[in-house]
Amino acid sequence: MKLKQLEGLLGSLEQFSHPKIELEQYPTGHHIASRMLFSAENSFGDIGDKVVADFGCGCGTLGLAAALLGAEHVIGVDIDVESLAVASANAEDLEVDMEFVQCDVRNFGWRGQIIDTVVMNPPFGTRRKGADMDFLSVALKVASQAVYSLHKTSTRDYVKRTVLRDYNASSAEVICELRYDVPKLYKFHKKKEVDIAVDLWRFVPK
Amino acid sequence: MKLLTHNMLSSNIKGVTNGFPLKIEAEKIIERPVEINPVFLKNMFAKLEWKPLVEASRTMGFSELPEDVPDMSVLDSDEFLQKFHHALLEIHLEEGALVCPETGRKFPVQKGIPNMMLHEDEV
Repeated sequence: MKLKQLEGLLGSLEQFSHPKIELEQYPTGHHIASRMLFSAENSFGDIGDKVVADFGCGCGTLGLAAALLGAEHVIGVDIDVESLAVASANAEDLEVDMEFVQCDVRNFGWRGQIIDTVVMNPPFGTRRKGADMDFLSVALKVASQAVYSLHKTSTRDYVKRTVLRDYNASSAEVICELRYDVPKLYKFHKKKEVDIAVDLWRFVPK
Repeated sequence: MKLLTHNMLSSNIKGVTNGFPLKIEAEKIIERPVEINPVFLKNMFAKLEWKPLVEASRTMGFSELPEDVPDMSVLDSDEFLQKFHHALLEIHLEEGALVCPETGRKFPVQKGIPNMMLHEDEV
């Protein structure tokens, strides 16, 4: 599948109708999501024929992108059942298979090394400090091959130091820096739209 | 929920030392055909817990998997692969529950989605 085609399909997905600020629910834009999964597959071979988990999947954008790129089994994990219902409808619309589990990612219980790759757009931790790092810590335990994640560029040094020292990562690499447009979703947003710089990371667990 | 997902999910309640495998209570089961991928199945075979898969598929009304862990050589048999594929990826638990093997706590499954949320005192 070509990048443009993937981006087009993801652009048609339903997003949060009533986003919940306490969960930092922001849709993952189709521009970012398509590039993230496209490089995971085409530069690293971490998606096709793999078992992929999407942590904090929301409406399923990243997991569905993985399914479209040939992942054999995709599991979306999210705390919010309303988001999972939207994600499930999105999967049906795209006619791809995706599994869902309602769970707080921090309490996710699993066994074995079945999950190859974790993809995620974690809460950036602006409402609840450290939320993105909690996700990352679990992802690096669950994945046997790679973790793809988005984090604010302003936290780059901290992320790198922490994953290598405390989170069982053998490598941490910024694949590219992206602009994340945060649309005006919530009442407290004063500006119509803001751009924040985010890093697309690839982590390899030990 | 497919049985491949079941084969990796575990109860994570505080104090539980072995939350796997979750017992299945099936109320509604559906089947959805998917294309078979022998390379993927061979790769999964090595990572799965066989007995929980056999037990889970039996609970879901499919009893054609061998009871004991078969030898790797069965992976060359198309007939075996077809059954393995069906059990792992085509049978879905649509409504029912997953039960923690240690505490008996039930995690409901609705519209195919297991609710593994823990209560405050279980974290």
